[in-house]
Amino acid sequence: MANLSTALAALSDPTRRVIFERVAARPSAVGELARDLPVSRPAVSQHLRVLKDAGLVADTADGTRRIYRLDPRGIGAVRDWLDRFWAGALADFADYVETQQENQP
Amino acid sequence: MTIAPVRQVVRVKATPPRAFALFTQEIGRWWPKGRTIGAQPHADIVMEPQPGGRWFERSADGAETDWGRVLDWNPPGRLLLAWHLNATFKFDPDFHTEVEILFAPAEGGTTEVTLEHRNLERFGASAADVAAKLGGGWPTMLGHYAEHVATN
Repeated sequence: MANLSTALAALSDPTRRVIFERVAARPSAVGELARDLPVSRPAVSQHLRVLKDAGLVADTADGTRRIYRLDPRGIGAVRDWLDRFWAGALADFADYVETQQENQP
Repeated sequence: MTIAPVRQVVRVKATPPRAFALFTQEIGRWWPKGRTIGAQPHADIVMEPQPGGRWFERSADGAETDWGRVLDWNPPGRLLLAWHLNATFKFDPDFHTEVEILFAPAEGGTTEVTLEHRNLERFGASAADVAAKLGGGWPTMLGHYAEHVATN
């Protein structure tokens, strides 16, 4: 997360939060979001720009449309933690197996 | 969207059947103390040995804290678990990511254990949901989560 306060400010707006949750649940184009929400298409675009600037969503081109999705860097913290966590747990497991083997008759 | 799964590989000095048994039946003995979510340190960690079985920790006073469920129990080669802990490290019956553990025979009677924790993109949606309920931001929640885990 590049800038925490920017991200928090971006999510302080209820409409923007709903848009973010939609995008987090499923990659979406601007038109799809505007169709499902009581917000105009230009307004959705504006909200997405703020979310993108905050590092919360990323977009990719799909023909003439842009598809918005959760920015992988945003949940990098969770992934990094799990990576370290499982590495540690498996190392403990391997150590345990080794001691059990030594204890075998 | 997808987030690359976490994948870790370790070699253990035991055959696959034994590695599987130690991993599942004795997890309470090798899992680091204090790295669990119960209010008290765990006295045991239980994986019920069948699909649909519970996966939980039990403290010395008998209190049980759920972690998830067993999705597939296929010794000695494969174990598939549902990790029902959300982005704030709380049990959530409606949220899960998958943890698959494969036990492959390797030379000298050892076993290569490969662990994959996947569907990590779901944490994003979960964190956003929690953040919305609490009125905070999901980066904050992730920060708390990482901090909580690092210090507990």
